[in-house]
Amino acid sequence: MNETILRTEDLKAFYVLDVHGTEKVVKAVNDVNLDIRENEVYGIAGESGCGKTTLLKTLYAAMEPPLRLIDGKVYYRPYGEEVDVYSIGQEEKRRLRWEYISYVPQGSMSVLNPVIKVKETYRDFIVSHVGGKTKDEAFDIARSQIAELGLPSQVLDAYPHQLSGGMRQRVTIALSSLLEPRIIICDEPTTALDVVVQRGVVQLLRDIQEYLENTIVVVTHDMGVQANIADRVGIMYAGKFVEEGPVDDIFNRPRHPYTQYLINSLPKFGDKTPRESVPGSPPSLMDLPGGCPFNPRCPHAMDVCTEQMPSFTRLDARHKVACWLVGGEDGKTA
Amino acid sequence: MKTLRDLFRDYRFAFSFSVLCLLLVFAVISLFSPYDPTFWGSVPRDLKPSWEHLLGTNSKGQDVFWQATFAVRNSLIISVIAGSVSRVIAILVGMIAGYTGKTTDRVLMFISDSLLVIPLFLIIVMVAMLIRQQLTLPTLGLLLAFFGWAWDARVIRSLILSLRERQFTNTAILSGTGTLSLVMKEYMPFAMPLIFSTLINNMSWAIGLEMTLAILGLVNIDIPTLGTMLNWALSYQSILLGHWWWILTPVTLSVFLFVALYWLSVSISEYLDPRTRTQRVGVQ
Amino acid sequence: MAFIKRYLIPRLIQYFLVIFLGITAVFIIPRLTPTDPVRRTIQELRSRGSYLDPGSIEAMVEDLEEMYGLEGSSFDQYIAFWKRLFRGNFGVSFFQFPTPVMDLIANSLPWTLGLLLVTTFISWTIGNIVGALAGYFSRSRWAKVLDTIAMFVRPMPYYIFSFSLLLLFAYALGLFPVAGGTSIGRQIVFNLDTMLDIGRHAFLPALSLVLLGAAANFQTMKLIIQNVNSEDFVQYAKFGGVKEGRIVWRYVIRNGILPQMTNLALSLGQIFSGALITEIVFSYPGLGTLLYNAIVTGDYNLIMGIVSMSIIAITTAILVIDLIYPLFDPRIRYT
Repeated sequence: MNETILRTEDLKAFYVLDVHGTEKVVKAVNDVNLDIRENEVYGIAGESGCGKTTLLKTLYAAMEPPLRLIDGKVYYRPYGEEVDVYSIGQEEKRRLRWEYISYVPQGSMSVLNPVIKVKETYRDFIVSHVGGKTKDEAFDIARSQIAELGLPSQVLDAYPHQLSGGMRQRVTIALSSLLEPRIIICDEPTTALDVVVQRGVVQLLRDIQEYLENTIVVVTHDMGVQANIADRVGIMYAGKFVEEGPVDDIFNRPRHPYTQYLINSLPKFGDKTPRESVPGSPPSLMDLPGGCPFNPRCPHAMDVCTEQMPSFTRLDARHKVACWLVGGEDGKTA
Repeated sequence: MKTLRDLFRDYRFAFSFSVLCLLLVFAVISLFSPYDPTFWGSVPRDLKPSWEHLLGTNSKGQDVFWQATFAVRNSLIISVIAGSVSRVIAILVGMIAGYTGKTTDRVLMFISDSLLVIPLFLIIVMVAMLIRQQLTLPTLGLLLAFFGWAWDARVIRSLILSLRERQFTNTAILSGTGTLSLVMKEYMPFAMPLIFSTLINNMSWAIGLEMTLAILGLVNIDIPTLGTMLNWALSYQSILLGHWWWILTPVTLSVFLFVALYWLSVSISEYLDPRTRTQRVGVQ
Repeated sequence: MAFIKRYLIPRLIQYFLVIFLGITAVFIIPRLTPTDPVRRTIQELRSRGSYLDPGSIEAMVEDLEEMYGLEGSSFDQYIAFWKRLFRGNFGVSFFQFPTPVMDLIANSLPWTLGLLLVTTFISWTIGNIVGALAGYFSRSRWAKVLDTIAMFVRPMPYYIFSFSLLLLFAYALGLFPVAGGTSIGRQIVFNLDTMLDIGRHAFLPALSLVLLGAAANFQTMKLIIQNVNSEDFVQYAKFGGVKEGRIVWRYVIRNGILPQMTNLALSLGQIFSGALITEIVFSYPGLGTLLYNAIVTGDYNLIMGIVSMSIIAITTAILVIDLIYPLFDPRIRYT
């Protein structure tokens, strides 16, 4: 495999709330160890409310109270050496943003400044990172990038409200690749779009990744999109990762009961048996069950599952799972 | 009550609540006044504050302290009348406009908006000038109520519009709930907190307007209110003659009243607004 | 353009309708009350000690009826009223008999306009800028201190606040003149000396209006900005590493100023009334003091004139703001 480009170590990020006197803790990112490589598309899958968006904010070092980094580290590798992103200064962090790592947020519908034209937003981003460009030079850079990615150049002269939702999403994705970052993080890029537009979005992401040969991290609960675009997939549940492997393994040989449910709930050509979804509902991140968080809904739950969280078991070089059914005593914790 | 305890954490609520309670007590004391507030010459004139006359006496021969208790009482009464009647009008207009929609809505909102942009003060001055003699406490309250409903009618209308779109409305209608019952029973609980905070704002506006009208001599100046006290103090040149107790009493009392009412309404509406709630939360 | 149809025309219709209704109200209200202005005028004359014999009373009644426009049926009066309005004729003042009302208004209006324009501009600009910064840096100490100060200033009615300033600075400390627009007996000439004198007299009323206006703008803008801060596009600009100065100006303030323009339009009626009240406190020679004199002398023509002109002025100002707004908000310009 390629070099690591983004790594986390025992990452814990919680929301600490003060609800009229009592303290409540939402364990959104609960002991996460990621190792994301260059030149790959890494998908993160899981139900709504499992902590995916919080994880992305933590990876991007964009935390605001009440979200707090409780423990762990996040490492970038901007100049060949590993750098703990939480230990660098504000200005350096600002510069890394968009140049090293960029972000396509959830709900890209409303992320563009409504009172300025799209090309002006482009200019703001360009000018904040690349010095010495005049207004026209910045506009030219924007035009050539838009043209390269196959988007109509009129979008630049429009105001955001004049563009359709799908077009705005594509503009945001195009914008994220503007300074050719090594990592692009996308949060639910296809949600709330119709299937035709979804296809366009996925295609755009693949084109960008092929051209820049960088890393894209795609967070989505839509397993169909994961199948379409990801090289490796990590399954997230209640703030933890429960399985991780190449996309083929995850879809054809899922080992964790939760992953199995996710895969089985997808419709398949030729298979007319009714689809089963996961019974029960995800636990509240404020009030997690003991041991493995999936145990209340797991059909194979054993006593040990309620007492202790299993650690990762390696199935092969690239596929690992955290489940007592498959081992769980050796290797790193999930 | 848990809500009260939570509200008290906000220093603004604590302060304003206490001040208003004190002022209420002050107003109630007026029932025990040894002097009739409309009589002149009950006591010697222009005495400085002393133990016998806590806030001194004025140039009309009245005890300032006891006058003030009546003044606070009457001003509060006017504002309560004005505030509650205008709430009723605002609720009626807002609900009808929000629920019925279309033409009724446009007409009602046009009237409401016009009332907002016209300089109300001048219109009220015009009306007051004409019925100066008949301007008793309740009449003044009703006059102010007649002009003070416009802003809140719009607020309530927006609330009704959003509630109408919600699921439970369709459920209620499909299960045969009549319109009136729907509005009263289902929508009111949502509207209540909103109405309460606008009530307080409106009361503050009413007292301010009453005082201004009184100073311009447009009310019945024999009825003791905060405004008429100020009017009398001014016409008797209390500043030039150095009778500071007479002029400062209504000014200070009214300042406390306005600040307290404002802080009360701000703390309550911030408590109710879900957005500011989450802002308060989590900032360690 | 669709814009003209959907925005401009309805706005203009509303403008004319409001003026029409307002002026009609000015016409109707006095006729709803049981008092007859002619009789009242005669009574007031009498109560001031003038002796009137029956013959002259008859003549007066006729003249007064003509002055008050009370000849003919109600409908005739209404039409005549509008006719005279178009010619700027509000009749003759009682307070300063026989000066035409329009002349009195024309003398006072510049003073009020000057005070209003300057103070509204200053309080809106300063209040909004400081409020925006306080909203952006809402956790800092100075923002909280300013907010507390505003919490005290804002609920004050114009009269009480102006009056307190008067007591403090003019009476107690003697720093500024107690009343008037210029020193007594001074001619209004455009030289530095006169300007300074006017400035000294206008200072306290202006200060009162600016402080009250700025406090309100500060608080409203702070709340608006705190909301804008949590908007998606501000977060996104931060994600993009856009420089902070740019974010504050082009993303936060540019968007926050829009509702403030609307708020300004809505509160113009209040600001105007407040200015008049402040003028009364300081005996500043604008429409406020004129109004006060009209009230005290029961000069009905003058009051009707002032109210009518005020309605027209304020509605027009609001229309101007509404027409400028689309220049700032492209969502209205291109629907």
